[in-house]
Amino acid sequence: MTRRLSPFVITMMVFGFAFLYGPIVSLIVYSFNESKLVTVWGGFSTKWYGELVRNEQILEAAFLSLKIALMTGAIAVVFGTLAGMALARYGSFRGRTFFTSLVTGPLVMPDVIIGISLLLMFVSTQQWFGWPQGRGVDTITIAHATFCMAYVTVIVQSRMSALDGSIEEAALDLGARPAKVFFTVTLPIIAPACIAGFLLSFTLSLDDLVIASFVSGPGSSTLPMVVFSKVRLGVSPQINALATIIVGIVTIAVILAGILMHRQEKRRQADIQQALQQAGY
Amino acid sequence: MDRTPTPSEDRTSRTRTPQVGARGAPVRPRDPAPEPWEDPNAQPYVRIEGVTKRFGEFTAVDNTELSIYQGELFCLLGASGCGKTTLLRMLAGFERPTSGRILIDGQDVTDQAPYARPVNMMFQSYALFPHMSVEQNVAYGLKQDRVGKDEIRRRVHQLLDLVQLDPWAKRKPHQLSGGQRQRVALARALVKRPKLLLLDEPLAALDKKLREQTQFELMNIQDEVGVTFVVVTHDQEEAMTLSTRMAVMDRGRVQQVGTPTEVYEFPRTRFTADFIGSINMFEGTVQEVHDGRVRVAADRVPCGLEVDSAVRVRDGQRVWFSVRPEKLRVRPDDGGELAATNALRGTVRDVAYMGDTSIFRIDCGPGELVEALQPNVFRSRKREIDWDDPVIVEWSTEAGLVLTE
Repeated sequence: MTRRLSPFVITMMVFGFAFLYGPIVSLIVYSFNESKLVTVWGGFSTKWYGELVRNEQILEAAFLSLKIALMTGAIAVVFGTLAGMALARYGSFRGRTFFTSLVTGPLVMPDVIIGISLLLMFVSTQQWFGWPQGRGVDTITIAHATFCMAYVTVIVQSRMSALDGSIEEAALDLGARPAKVFFTVTLPIIAPACIAGFLLSFTLSLDDLVIASFVSGPGSSTLPMVVFSKVRLGVSPQINALATIIVGIVTIAVILAGILMHRQEKRRQADIQQALQQAGY
Repeated sequence: MDRTPTPSEDRTSRTRTPQVGARGAPVRPRDPAPEPWEDPNAQPYVRIEGVTKRFGEFTAVDNTELSIYQGELFCLLGASGCGKTTLLRMLAGFERPTSGRILIDGQDVTDQAPYARPVNMMFQSYALFPHMSVEQNVAYGLKQDRVGKDEIRRRVHQLLDLVQLDPWAKRKPHQLSGGQRQRVALARALVKRPKLLLLDEPLAALDKKLREQTQFELMNIQDEVGVTFVVVTHDQEEAMTLSTRMAVMDRGRVQQVGTPTEVYEFPRTRFTADFIGSINMFEGTVQEVHDGRVRVAADRVPCGLEVDSAVRVRDGQRVWFSVRPEKLRVRPDDGGELAATNALRGTVRDVAYMGDTSIFRIDCGPGELVEALQPNVFRSRKREIDWDDPVIVEWSTEAGLVLTE
């Protein structure tokens, strides 16, 4: 089924890939630049990687970002799963529309608005209840969890809607109490959606600059904030090195995931074939 | 309501002797003890007392009364949307009746949660746990009861043996064929030895061959484990072969309760008569009631209709005279005299050859198509009666039925 591609298609393809990957490739190439100027090639060197490793500010920010991203993922998964289940299972309860728009609002709201409103909320709760005391890791995590939860909700809800409700009824019927049903039947079935939601939240949190800028405090700058502030003073090749490392990690992760999924799918197909053969089809 | 003696029940006892079993299989020698539903002293195992279920404006089940006895295989039969599944879900505890009571073994379970009831259900979609193996699926119910590990293993394998799935114990549901899944679902529902097993369209997803096979398996399993079964189905053939008794439902109400023979041969209403099997109906007026014999003047066919019937009707009452297609006899029109009653002249409009039988549609006057089912007794290449042939349709005075509702 090989078809000859027309020159037009090939040209478009080359342009497309160049558009997508050109910047990344040039970024990687310039991370090995000897010169201090990002735009001028001064020979091959790995010195910027060495400087990056010695740059405490960036390393600290990277660890902080990872920490926040992990916590955000955990919180968003718990609350997003609960919200998604409520939306998928409890039909048209009172205030459903209100609840839906509240939960999924952050999906469509601009980051700036979310940032400002959360900042205002934190300031006023501090005035009224004395909490949070100043802004920092806590407030960033809460802010990130708030908007990441929306994504988890949507993912879990769609998974739950596709799930046959009588599976849970069957568990009830066999004598399991509702809590037991959730942990032994519902959760294992929707686990893939929860994991996907966690990964998405993790990435979004790691990626976020705007909201974090609003709700962070002194001494709690996330990696994107540090990078952004550095870039304003001129792009340092260190940033290129950092970006190259991140791109490398992501690429490896994606390739690994692809291989794993491919293997699983192959095994599943083989299983189905075998079962069908045994059943005599 | 099913205890009031009715004329149709009188008839049952008279025609009962050369009977094919209520379950399609040849009857075992009839024990002298009456069936539980005929015994006024028998305690019903399940009582449904005046149960109504409304969803908003819609009444799914309307003031229903039913008694189901121990060891029965009771079918709830009806078209989709008639409330049969809602009734079953109320027995399982997934829906709470709007009013009325449900008693199982003398205990009021109306407000009991599903996990507290001595009832298990087999779902139409089978609802197997996709992340568990066959073994784990079946063991799930026992684990909830904190049964010991060895005991669980023993009982699970005993049941998997019963449904012939032991070699597949380690498989996941998605690695099984439809029939195998269905048997896993059955094993899972039986493993806790429920006193009452509910089955929601148990055979709907199977192809015809597998369905027939499973029907007999179900009956064997019931004989073996002695559970009371309540089966919901829209398939009347399934209900006829499976059940000891069945309830025909329509728009949330039970139309008739009885053995398959009672419901088929003595339907109480036009709905039941029409829903179970096919039937020819002639609207008419009662002309004469004499000595247990009713004579009806039909509006649209030119012959008197006569039937031995114990139905109480009076002269001049509007009735529907009905007769099942297989009780008619079709013969070529020889031009001779017609009998005074229960005989019609007509023209064949349609012949459906089914192999063992043929169905004839016979035009007996404007707008009256009569359906007749004839066994193909002789082996022949040419049909004795074919399209557009003039024929005579006759039936005996015992074949017909007078319906008033």
